[in-house]
Amino acid sequence: MSDGMHPAIVSAQPSQRAEMNPDAPLFEAEYQDRFEKILSRYPNKRAALLPTLNLAQELRGWLSPETMTRVAELLDLTAAYVRSVASFYTMFATRQVGKYLIQVCAGIGCDLCGAEGVVERLLELTNTRLGETSADGKYTVMEVECLGGCGFATVVQVNDQVYEDIKAEDVEGLLKGMD
Amino acid sequence: MAYPHEHPRETRVLSKYFGDKDAVGIDGWIERGGYKTLDKAFGMSRDEVIEVVKDSGLRGRGGAGFPAGLKWSFMPKNGDRPNYLACNADESEPGTFKDREIMRWTPHQLIEGIIICSYAINAEHAYIYIRGEFVDVVRVLNGAVVEAYERGYLGKNIRGSGFDLDLTVHLGAGAYIAGEETGLLNSLEGRRAEPRVKPPFPAQRGAFGMPTTVNNVETLAAVPGIVENGADWYRQWGTEKSPGTKLFSCCGHLRRPGNYEVPLDFNLKDLVFDICGGPPEGREMMAVIPGGSSVPILTVDELDCEVSYEGIEAAGSFLGSGGLIAMDDSTCMVHAVRKMVDFYAHESCGQCTNCREGTAWLAKILRRIEHGQGREEDIPLLLDIGSNMAGKTICPLSDSAAVPVVSSIQKFKDEYLAHIRDGSCTAVR
Repeated sequence: MSDGMHPAIVSAQPSQRAEMNPDAPLFEAEYQDRFEKILSRYPNKRAALLPTLNLAQELRGWLSPETMTRVAELLDLTAAYVRSVASFYTMFATRQVGKYLIQVCAGIGCDLCGAEGVVERLLELTNTRLGETSADGKYTVMEVECLGGCGFATVVQVNDQVYEDIKAEDVEGLLKGMD
Repeated sequence: MAYPHEHPRETRVLSKYFGDKDAVGIDGWIERGGYKTLDKAFGMSRDEVIEVVKDSGLRGRGGAGFPAGLKWSFMPKNGDRPNYLACNADESEPGTFKDREIMRWTPHQLIEGIIICSYAINAEHAYIYIRGEFVDVVRVLNGAVVEAYERGYLGKNIRGSGFDLDLTVHLGAGAYIAGEETGLLNSLEGRRAEPRVKPPFPAQRGAFGMPTTVNNVETLAAVPGIVENGADWYRQWGTEKSPGTKLFSCCGHLRRPGNYEVPLDFNLKDLVFDICGGPPEGREMMAVIPGGSSVPILTVDELDCEVSYEGIEAAGSFLGSGGLIAMDDSTCMVHAVRKMVDFYAHESCGQCTNCREGTAWLAKILRRIEHGQGREEDIPLLLDIGSNMAGKTICPLSDSAAVPVVSSIQKFKDEYLAHIRDGSCTAVR
């Protein structure tokens, strides 16, 4: 499409990103364009809430209370309502995370194949505790519920990148790839 | 072609092009016969399309197994309100990863099925509700949707038929319960993914209060083949009550985990031991969950059955989503069940007391048994909590959480007793 992203696919991945500007304006330039395209795909503004939160999170890296209030204004919803929805979904980040958010699948498929060992090794090598960000702001290791790749255990997601078949002994190499 | 493994005993219908990189893009897909069924479907009446899907006996592949054509026939005809299709690509049942591969390798197979279904139910807008965790899959799917628009398979007056359809990829943001069809609809509307009381059913009052059909990815992906080749073609596989082929996502302790497609009259034991290669070397298979973590556990002695809906039910479990989880003798059953219950406790939406409280207490009690601090009374207590969770809530998440607990106590009680009495574990390390 000559005018940017096709409106059918304009929703963003709800990824958490530490390097994004948490004070970036909501929404300007191409982000304004994408926001309007989101609105065009639903019969009412409320239905645009999840895609709009995704877009805000892509832009600002996480959803601060101020961000959620601004989204509420844009969609004619109350701030309390937006926070009640955002807090329901695990991928909406209501706190900031490290540069590399490392999410390890804790589902039954990965657990049977050694996910706990992967988590232990990650915590050891990043010198962090589960869910906490390392002192240098680089790593946050989290256990998450099933990532939907049970046959390729253990599944590890680093920011927007998915890694399959990770064993405890692969962790060192995985971390080396993160500068 | 196959991904990640192939086996000569498979019957590849839906998964024929898994692993074939050239089938992903629209040109490669058209070369392989893709989108040609659209013209045939548009040449039929809406009722004729619904009839052939009904006759094929195709059942919903998301887990419930409801006949797809019958579901479509519930949609109002010639109503003055807009109709919607919601494709359930939330694939959240632990042990299930088949829709992911359909979308990753053959996204146009799904889009073609969505267009045919939308035509049959007279939907003007279809939404693919895909889980936000599917990062790389979303990229592939998005690319395919744009291609389909560019070639005129989506949008206004598709292929000169006069039929208009918009398709939007809608990303979830991490919630198992958004895979329950009414939870999905609430999430699509910008609400918490809390399931709704039924009735009204989605065909009466679904997305945005309008008539809506909700179908799983695998169900819709099967539609083009059925419309192209007819109901009898589809019925050459499977049984009278469970026609066709089905994808099984096989994970856990297997030599060759992955997705395999077999006819629904295939033998479960052969799937586990022949196609998947059985347990890793030196291990004995202990138990298999055949249909995602929400269905009862089968012991290794209960596997000699058909993988049809009725065959697995007769063996004491359910086909569910076809997410097969294999556990060998290194498995601590109490730990495995606790992990599954932890999942449901985390994912309970909290609307119903029995589920919100029940899942949390099951997890807490299982954790203390696992760590050698359980009491003998905990076993009847777990069963009592389980019985108060089944059939008493808005949606089946509560039932699902109780299932692994109850079935494992029935079949592996000695494992619980070893933890309780001796603080030991019967798993072979």
